[in-house]
Amino acid sequence: MNAIQELSRRRVLRGVLGGAAVTVGLPFLDCFLNTNGTALASGQALPTCFGSWFWGLGLNPGRWEPKQVGKIVDLGEELKALEPYKDKINVYSGMKVYLDGRPLITHYSGDWSLLTGTTPREERVEIPSIDVLIGDVIGTRTRFRSLEVAATGNATHSYSRRAGAALNPAETSPVGLYTRVFGPEFKDPNAADFTPDPAVMARQSVLSAITEQRADIQKHLGAADKARLDEYFSSLRQIEQQLDIELQKPAPLEACTTPAKAEEMPPGTEIETVQNNHKLFAAILAHALACNQTRVVNITFSDATSSLRKQGSSMTEHVQSHEEAIDPQLGYQPNVTYFMERVMEGFAATLASLEAIKEGDGTLLDRMLIMASSDTGYAKVHSLENIPLLTAGKAGGKMKTGIHVSAKGDPGTRVGLTVQQAMGVPINSWGTDSMQTAKTITEVMA
Amino acid sequence: MKMSIEKPARGKIILGAVLAACTAPLALMALPHAKADDSAQVAGPVAMRRLTQDEYKQIIEDVFGPTVTLGGRFEPDMRDAGLMAVGASQVSVTASGIEQYDTMARKIASQVVDEQHRASMIPCKPADPKAADDACAKQFLAKAGKLLYRRPLSDHELQTEVAGANAAATKVKDFYAGLGLALASLLEAPQFLFRQEVAEPDPDHSGQYRLDAYSKASRLSFFLWDSAPDAQLLQAAESGELNTGRGMAKQVDRMMASPRLEAGVRAFFSDMLGFDAFENLAKDRTLYPKFNPRVASDAEEQTLKTIVQVVLTDNGDYRDLFTTRKTFLTQALASIYKVPIAPPDGAWNAWVPYEYPADAEQAGILTEASFVGLHSHPGRSSPTIRGKALRTTILCEKVPDPPGNVNFTVVQDTNNPQYKTARERVTAHRTEPTCAGCHKLIDPIGLGMENFDTIGGFRTTENGAPIDASGELDGVKFADAIGLGRAVHDNAAVPACLVNRIYEYAVGHKPNKAEGEWLKSDLEKEFASNGYRVPALMRAVATSDAFYRVTPPTTGAIDAPTPKFADANSKQETAK
Repeated sequence: MNAIQELSRRRVLRGVLGGAAVTVGLPFLDCFLNTNGTALASGQALPTCFGSWFWGLGLNPGRWEPKQVGKIVDLGEELKALEPYKDKINVYSGMKVYLDGRPLITHYSGDWSLLTGTTPREERVEIPSIDVLIGDVIGTRTRFRSLEVAATGNATHSYSRRAGAALNPAETSPVGLYTRVFGPEFKDPNAADFTPDPAVMARQSVLSAITEQRADIQKHLGAADKARLDEYFSSLRQIEQQLDIELQKPAPLEACTTPAKAEEMPPGTEIETVQNNHKLFAAILAHALACNQTRVVNITFSDATSSLRKQGSSMTEHVQSHEEAIDPQLGYQPNVTYFMERVMEGFAATLASLEAIKEGDGTLLDRMLIMASSDTGYAKVHSLENIPLLTAGKAGGKMKTGIHVSAKGDPGTRVGLTVQQAMGVPINSWGTDSMQTAKTITEVMA
Repeated sequence: MKMSIEKPARGKIILGAVLAACTAPLALMALPHAKADDSAQVAGPVAMRRLTQDEYKQIIEDVFGPTVTLGGRFEPDMRDAGLMAVGASQVSVTASGIEQYDTMARKIASQVVDEQHRASMIPCKPADPKAADDACAKQFLAKAGKLLYRRPLSDHELQTEVAGANAAATKVKDFYAGLGLALASLLEAPQFLFRQEVAEPDPDHSGQYRLDAYSKASRLSFFLWDSAPDAQLLQAAESGELNTGRGMAKQVDRMMASPRLEAGVRAFFSDMLGFDAFENLAKDRTLYPKFNPRVASDAEEQTLKTIVQVVLTDNGDYRDLFTTRKTFLTQALASIYKVPIAPPDGAWNAWVPYEYPADAEQAGILTEASFVGLHSHPGRSSPTIRGKALRTTILCEKVPDPPGNVNFTVVQDTNNPQYKTARERVTAHRTEPTCAGCHKLIDPIGLGMENFDTIGGFRTTENGAPIDASGELDGVKFADAIGLGRAVHDNAAVPACLVNRIYEYAVGHKPNKAEGEWLKSDLEKEFASNGYRVPALMRAVATSDAFYRVTPPTTGAIDAPTPKFADANSKQETAK
């Protein structure tokens, strides 16, 4: 049986339903599309997509929270860059990370607790992050299960992990990302012609040889190494799936266009470089989502121990967060705050890239949900209180937006729980110990 | 940004050459028999280690020669317990990682089967180049597979690979393209990407387990040569020679005498000193215009050259690395260190041996940019980062994380926010009780390196104020970096740390209790008694029973029959 035969509608449906993705739209293959490509043939909307957006060192308490709870009227000063999108975002203030007696691993405990639901005991996390949990429900039938990028140009500045001790490495160069997604193996869904490539079928033949040896390989392994091998094979399946997809004529997608080829930019942590690379990444990712190459993107603007810096300055944002004096007139650290404002401009730039993709009457952002999070509340004192959390997008109608939720002292995992439920992950509780919560943020659920 | 470093010349084992008979006589040194440590309890777990980036690159170069280039990037290696070698026992391959391995594998394989290389790499010709050829595919894949998997392929492995090659060749109507894809699948298979060790009952010690001979060969080869076993070592595994003390010693001698030992020494020290961080090292271009990727690459190489000279070429005392006045410089480095060198005519970037005068302020690897530059901020030095690095990498100590919700206002004098020197900035740390516990362990030694700016340039003032580089290491007071180097040289934790690191590096895990005791009672003493000679320490590890004795995995069929290796093709390459 060749790959085309394997991908019968029945098999695809069975695969998705088997994965408990009952709340998600039908798999996004050509046979299901309506004629104008804006919705599935069944009348269902285009599929929802997820994004995580991470930055380091939080924001200054008291300077970012909207004054009023409920409908967002005025954003705090440090969220000013998001003014054009204030009806498309939600702001969650007052939430925290509980240590439950564990050591505070600075710039590590907070971020990973919010992203995995469990506060780490040591500098080592072995459970999946929220994007992976969501991707397993919505992203299993696309060419890439997820795409990770780090605007700081460091592959380890990733806040996504599946299992085992390793991170899902981030793309460090926009050109690298472009080539990976829109290089020779990209099948333009709007191309008139489609011919299955025999070379792709040839690759399938040799990859199946690896899978056939699986039983031989694992017979000598202990449980921990067997789990690592399982992860390997789960990753290998992604390649096999990419080949399956390359042999299918893709669904025409009106909004899918190939982005302009990115120019090679030197990586670095100087703020202008990070801003430029981030913009290039965001544009490519938006096109990748519009072209249904992936449904999950993970963007790192700055690492938890923020290495952002200004050219000519001897200090990174992180060093400044500890050493810069609070300006007595302003009441905050001016240089650190400079970076925080640039970070939020970065988030606005991501949203702009998604808004730039028009789909019918709306934009790509409408069928997305992005969760933005950080590692600390007040970085100057490594505080885990009032860590800023934001979401953007309506998740295809599952979320209400333009709302400020204040939940002082609640575990920040409430946002993660709500986001997962909006994306169709079948859970009613998430997290462990004091980070465990079953309290969905109903104010933002449509 | 990836820095390229000059690799030392070393013997290349090109597949074509491997296919030829290995008839060179062995020049054997005296043969110390395998060291029989008396503690039979010393046994660690079998490991499944993902190849590190450097191991992968080295194997490709060894097997296919230097003209085959790599494309794509690797998954980041993970550091655990101070070493990538230990992290390698815990990582798997992520979805985006396998994409990269797939891309690299196809690029490598397409070169191996291209018209330029196929004659030397592929030992047969297909009957019809436009069709599958079972016999030729089998012959090639058995040979390449044995070198890549570090053991002969089992019948089933070979059958499925050959079937894959045939099916692929038929689909694209091209024998070589199909063979290339099958080779690519070997290069992205778990048997290649992971060094999977296999335990077997030890016939000489009832109830105990040892690595099987091929696993022994791999452990040895990656330890000493940072690469996969060569044909001779595989032959020694196949013949059972590695299961005898004499046979093992013979191989260890051969490998210790080889110029390839340098690669092993470099790989170990690169891992221990965290040189992977050079990949993302950046300095502020405005403040430090002399710093560029070339300088970073030179800084890494400077220290590796110094290490090779001291511990290998001179077979010197490991501790002298912290006091030696001998080093190697390029013009770019000399300019940063502000010392005059005379490179050979026209060779601007040549390496020149250099000896600091007796009264110089620099000596030892802690004063080189690879230490003071690597452990600094982009725009300025950091006594805290440097002190912590010295504690963790050279002394193997664990420095706890800072506490939460610290009130940093005590560290700041708001009337004079710009402290002039680092000493002034960090002194406040040590006066705040919650910070003092750790900072008093790291700052005083870090301050000893304050005469070196963030790229390693020597200085006597900071912001116009004179630098006081005096400090203390575990009760030993010193006046400057020279004194710090001496204090490190004389610190008992330094050689003990090296013994632990080298063993952890070799076995890929943190020592368990029995191993830890054996390191303390045996290896550390032996290291001291042989004058802290690193090659002797490597030999002691490589010939110890503990190095090959293992506890079996908690599940899995230990007694399962080993793959049948008797394959006519795979035997050819090692035939005399």
